[in-house]
Amino acid sequence: MKSNGTAQQAEDAPGEHDADPASNLQSYVIGFGFAIVLTLASFGAAVTHWVWAPGLPVLLAVLAIAQMGVHLVFFLHVSSSPDSVNTVLALAFGIFVVGLVVFGSMIIMANLSDYMMPMQQLMQMQR
Amino acid sequence: MSAIAEEIPLSERGPAPTRIVVSFGFWLFLLSDIVIFSALFAAYAVLAQRTAGGPTGAQIFDLKHVFLETCCLLVSSFTCGLCVLAMERRSHTMIHVWAAVTFVLGVSFISLELSEFIGMFSRGINPARSAFLSAFFGLVGTHGIHVTAGLCWLAVMMTQIATLGLRPKVAQRLVCFSLFWHALDLVWIGVFTIVYLGART
Repeated sequence: MKSNGTAQQAEDAPGEHDADPASNLQSYVIGFGFAIVLTLASFGAAVTHWVWAPGLPVLLAVLAIAQMGVHLVFFLHVSSSPDSVNTVLALAFGIFVVGLVVFGSMIIMANLSDYMMPMQQLMQMQR
Repeated sequence: MSAIAEEIPLSERGPAPTRIVVSFGFWLFLLSDIVIFSALFAAYAVLAQRTAGGPTGAQIFDLKHVFLETCCLLVSSFTCGLCVLAMERRSHTMIHVWAAVTFVLGVSFISLELSEFIGMFSRGINPARSAFLSAFFGLVGTHGIHVTAGLCWLAVMMTQIATLGLRPKVAQRLVCFSLFWHALDLVWIGVFTIVYLGART
């Protein structure tokens, strides 16, 4: 922490704000602008056929992650200042758990589905 | 201020101010809420192709409808932020104006979602039809319930500001509400990308 400004910023937890309302309004407006652009891009890419179809899921995922980042930084005020280390650590753990639950379930269920006997044979065995 | 911050190590600075502790606690609640949603997202991702001969996502989703819902929620998230800024400036009129705009946009989101669900039910598209539809109604319905709960909370907050005034506790609650509302918008980004737009890929 070098200056007074940084120390002030360091106290920001999510939802906490600087003393200067103008800079905050600016942050909300910037975030809102980014969010609008990213939302329009997502819907535009899905509705029109300008994007190569097999690449569309990747593009949508990138746009969604970018928009979540915009919301976290500009609306939820997650910052990299030293005193909001706890917030960022909790967020990292949250992302870790979400990744485990979502991708873990998908991998396990896809694997089970691969090993499952085809439905036809299963029906015959039950007779 | 900066001198204190530089000299005393983080571990010896004593308890943080209440507003930071409360926000951090609420942040932990929001993260646990997002973990609940991640389980529903996982169920949807696994079951999205299991339509049991019923309608698929591409057949039943109306993207114009979803786009309107998205706009409502996004703009309400922005006005909710403006409401918190108005609270910091102690401007009672603007707090009520922005809170009312947020409330109206939230109600339009819920009504759009309800009209979508009612339209689906009338065509025989219900959670019992297939595993895909169970997962869909489970995920989107849970988000809708959260938004409804948020609207109730917002109504209570508007009443409290009108009756109790802007005492520190009320202000802290409004900040927590804004965090909750932004987090719901965050979850909705996942919903419209994975459920509605994902069905078109």
